[in-house]
Amino acid sequence: MKALLLRDLRLAMRSGGGFGLGLAFFFLLSVLVPLGVGPEGGTLARIAPGILWVGALLACLLSLDRIFALDFEDGSLDLLATAPIPLEAVVAVKALAHWLVTGLPLTLLAPGLAVFLNLPAGGYGWLVLSLLLGTPALSVIGAFGAALVVGLRRGGLLLSLLVLPLYVPTLIFGAEVVRRGAEGMALATPLALLTAISLGAAALLPFAAAAALRVNLR
Amino acid sequence: MSIWEYANPKRFMQTSAWALPWAIGLTVVLLLVGLVWGFFFTPDDYKQGSTVKIIYLHVPAAMMAINAWVMMLVASLIWIVRRHHVSALAAKAAAPVGLTFTLIALVTGALWGQPMWGTWWAWDPRLTAFLILTLFYFGYIALWAAVENPDTAADLTSILCLVGSVFAVLSRYAVNFWNQGLHQGASLSLDKEENVADVFWLPLLVCIAGFVFLFITLVLMRTRTEIRARRLSALLARERVA
Amino acid sequence: MEIWVENLAVARGGVTVLQGLGFAVGAGQALILRGPNGSGKTTLLRTLAGLQPAVAGSISLPPEAAAYGAHADGLKSTLTVQENLAFWASVHGVGSVADAMTRMDVANLAPRRAAELSAGQKRRLGLARLLVTGRPVWLLDEPTVSLDTASVALFAGVVRQHLAGGGLAVIATHVDLALPEAETLDLAPFRTRTMARDGFDEAFA
Repeated sequence: MKALLLRDLRLAMRSGGGFGLGLAFFFLLSVLVPLGVGPEGGTLARIAPGILWVGALLACLLSLDRIFALDFEDGSLDLLATAPIPLEAVVAVKALAHWLVTGLPLTLLAPGLAVFLNLPAGGYGWLVLSLLLGTPALSVIGAFGAALVVGLRRGGLLLSLLVLPLYVPTLIFGAEVVRRGAEGMALATPLALLTAISLGAAALLPFAAAAALRVNLR
Repeated sequence: MSIWEYANPKRFMQTSAWALPWAIGLTVVLLLVGLVWGFFFTPDDYKQGSTVKIIYLHVPAAMMAINAWVMMLVASLIWIVRRHHVSALAAKAAAPVGLTFTLIALVTGALWGQPMWGTWWAWDPRLTAFLILTLFYFGYIALWAAVENPDTAADLTSILCLVGSVFAVLSRYAVNFWNQGLHQGASLSLDKEENVADVFWLPLLVCIAGFVFLFITLVLMRTRTEIRARRLSALLARERVA
Repeated sequence: MEIWVENLAVARGGVTVLQGLGFAVGAGQALILRGPNGSGKTTLLRTLAGLQPAVAGSISLPPEAAAYGAHADGLKSTLTVQENLAFWASVHGVGSVADAMTRMDVANLAPRRAAELSAGQKRRLGLARLLVTGRPVWLLDEPTVSLDTASVALFAGVVRQHLAGGGLAVIATHVDLALPEAETLDLAPFRTRTMARDGFDEAFA
């Protein structure tokens, strides 16, 4: 399993494009929004938590189809399915690898971009924490979606359609944590719920995703 | 005799052929009675005037939008556990019907909301939840359409329906939470059922029953169509092999 | 170690392609599958590998004993030869990478990326993967595609060593591997002529 994680990370590093693209997208979005909305600081401060979370979510979405599609095309997935690692663990490891190359860099980049969006000082810590706790859910849910469409030739758009509604609770609670943090309000509840979604998704969705993969490999 | 015998396609075709005229008849009678009663023989609301009468379409459609998803969930579970083809096809058949009910609920809601709230759309938790439900329906239908092999499609959509149901419930609570967080005590949220007086209540019940049978009728018809389509492709496949 | 198949029926895309199939392959034996394109060789191998369910019949094969070698080699073009093999070796936790590279004659290519290999070299690397899995049962789908004569002979030697070591192999191929211990099974008699009563047809016809 460690070997699979290392291999996925190495592949992500060498193929370039992959996770750099998500970061670039996140950066561009954070630059374009003020250009579209106007430079007024109060407005930007108010929408910053939502924009940053939506940006991170969409950036994450960009690379989802790569989680299984490449391994499906070159036959690795067949071989992994017959390997001594359970397919559920393969899903979990690949979701973890996806998070390490997208969710984690996005989390680290977010405070820098929050400066553009005039996020109130109180929000920075909560922004990082909420993304740290919430982006794993995005990767795991995304891996589930990717497992559903892995056999389809043009699965990319369908993947977005399937995954976006599943992202709703994560987005709501994640952005809510930052919003409340920025306004100095109590935020224990959304933070706990966000964590619960990430943990629940990480615990249960690999089973659903592995079931979908088995169906698609038949 | 086990109840599962009805899951045999042949058996289902026989039973549904018998049941379908009754379902159609009940639908027509109940909807006719309910809607005419509701539209013409109930007083105008003292506050909302005659706009309140859209309730006879709005509430039943909204209820059936959710019930249709629940039915799909049950059918998906039956497919996963017992692998009855009729079950999978019934879930497939119900999805566009459920989507249509959801859209009816949204559109009638907008038509009702405009004169009442002064806006076509508000990010009220209930409205938002229905919007999200629409997305779930679209995703489910799109997945059925995208996968070629019917058994693979049935498996994948069943898994999606199961996972989607969990996330749909989560979204419903998240949206409740989110709206409170946004604007406290939203003046636009309106708990429809609680405001309804008895005069409006009885025809509403009839309309709801009418929508239930409308749903049953449509799902039966669509399932029969799906079964025939599968028979046709089975025959074609057989011909190709021979 | 033995594969034992009885009255097996396999389906591709919901249509049964082979039925009534029965054979046994014991340790040290090889079975060559023959049949025209579309006769179900790949489907049979995938079913044996456990990637898809059998429509009917039974397969007896110890769990986690089979290594499947497909048309696609499962190679990552951005990884080197050494890295590709090392990955599969550590997934399976047995088998020596260096030994496998030597036996399939890819040792001199070790630092090269898989993208830079020729088709035949990729194929040899794909076959070297079988060695690092350390599994006794090889299920191979057209293993000699894009191999030159010398490489085919090399591969046949590796298979023979594998069999001599108590392994067994089921190989779909058109090339004569010159394996004296191999039996040949022609799939043509098992092709489905009438549509079989699989789940699909049974429920709807």
